[in-house]
Amino acid sequence: MIDLQGYGPRLLEGALVTLELAVLSLILAVILGLLTASAKLSRNRLIHGVGTLYTTLIRGVPDLVLMMLLFYGGQIGINMLTDQLYYAFDIDIFINVDAFVAGVITIGLIFGAYMGETFRGAFQSVEEGQMEAARAYGMSPLLAFRRVRFPLMMRHALPGIGNNWMVLLKTTALVSIIGLTDMVRVAAEATKATHEPFLFMIPVAVIYLLIATVSEWGFAKLSKRYNTGFGEASEWNN
Amino acid sequence: MEQLNGWFTELLSGNAIFTANTLNFYWNGLVTTVQLVFLCLLIGIFLAVPLAIGRGSKRPWIKWPIYAYTYVFRGTPLLIQLYLVYYGVVFFDGIQDTIFWVVFKQAFYPALIAFTLNTAAYTTEIFHGAIKNTAKGEIEAARAYGMSKPLMMRRIILPSAFRRALPAYGNEVIFMLHASAVASVVTIMDLTGAAYYVYARFYAPFQAFIFVALIYLCLTFSIMFVFRKLEKRLLAHLRPRGV
Repeated sequence: MIDLQGYGPRLLEGALVTLELAVLSLILAVILGLLTASAKLSRNRLIHGVGTLYTTLIRGVPDLVLMMLLFYGGQIGINMLTDQLYYAFDIDIFINVDAFVAGVITIGLIFGAYMGETFRGAFQSVEEGQMEAARAYGMSPLLAFRRVRFPLMMRHALPGIGNNWMVLLKTTALVSIIGLTDMVRVAAEATKATHEPFLFMIPVAVIYLLIATVSEWGFAKLSKRYNTGFGEASEWNN
Repeated sequence: MEQLNGWFTELLSGNAIFTANTLNFYWNGLVTTVQLVFLCLLIGIFLAVPLAIGRGSKRPWIKWPIYAYTYVFRGTPLLIQLYLVYYGVVFFDGIQDTIFWVVFKQAFYPALIAFTLNTAAYTTEIFHGAIKNTAKGEIEAARAYGMSKPLMMRRIILPSAFRRALPAYGNEVIFMLHASAVASVVTIMDLTGAAYYVYARFYAPFQAFIFVALIYLCLTFSIMFVFRKLEKRLLAHLRPRGV
């Protein structure tokens, strides 16, 4: 194993933290994105307004500022809330904000807004005729969503999701600033201790590139899967 | 002015956090952030135009190195690039004795280099995409006029490519504004750095960070407004004509 002056194993642990953080926040972001897209497509003006406010605010403020606000402010906010609960209902609980959980929630919250925009566009580009056909087959709304609207929507959403994932992956580096021990933090500590930035930063950069390259390949596969039935004529020409 | 000053003092009196002193901090941070972002975008454009042309070249020894550069800088976090340049310079043996140290002693210049390299990579790809999408008819027409390749590039391809790149470039400007927040990590007192200082000083995360978030929002909206105006002007020929 590559030792890197003893920092090798810790760097790998950090890489694992980065990967876990990225995947968990992606899941949260997709869920939030679907909710946001439905809110923005809703005919209810209040819900529509909330969705628009969320995406506008999040996309107008730097990730790092939001992260600091939620991380440093989150504990104080929760303490205030639990204090109120204690005074009002005599419920005594203490919630400690874990750096990892805070990281997942913040990144998920940020990219939920970006995903929301992606999904909104994708939902709108599903032909209404497809849904009418599903209804004509007597599918329930839920079944029609699962079998018709969702797969058709994913075809349009996948490139956007892929882009968001790449940006999200790079955003995870910011959690090292608020105190989470991901690989960037390990590398920064090692650099400060040994004064050899290239020895530690370049492996970290290579790991990021590796994850990016692998996921690019994965998204290409997925997009082929969701594009089944579209553009086959051009494939035959080859 | 006197009246305004009096009104301001009255507004701030009784407010423990937003005193004239901390507001001054925020103001200096704003100036630093705007300087940093403006300079890196400006230098980035000058680097990106030749790189984008080279990226579309048929010669592999021009094309592939540029592609490798954009791939690496777009595929790794800006924070890593910043650390590499910042620590790479600071821990460079013997740099303290050279004249470069006068420049690099402040964190501003390493940060500027890292940001410039980053935005140049993204801008190269944006311009490259726009150049590639030039309508064939435009190129054919230029060739029919007997234009040489450089002249065609200068008169036909680049002007129309810049227009098409405008919306994507606007996004890049906003992205860079937001990404510049990491400058606060290497001891630069930009907007985020100022907010962090105020937070640490008064232990008031909500006031400190929400205030700075509002400043960033204003900056973002101003950039969006400028680009929308620009697009309206420069892309007027693409809009459907009102009847």
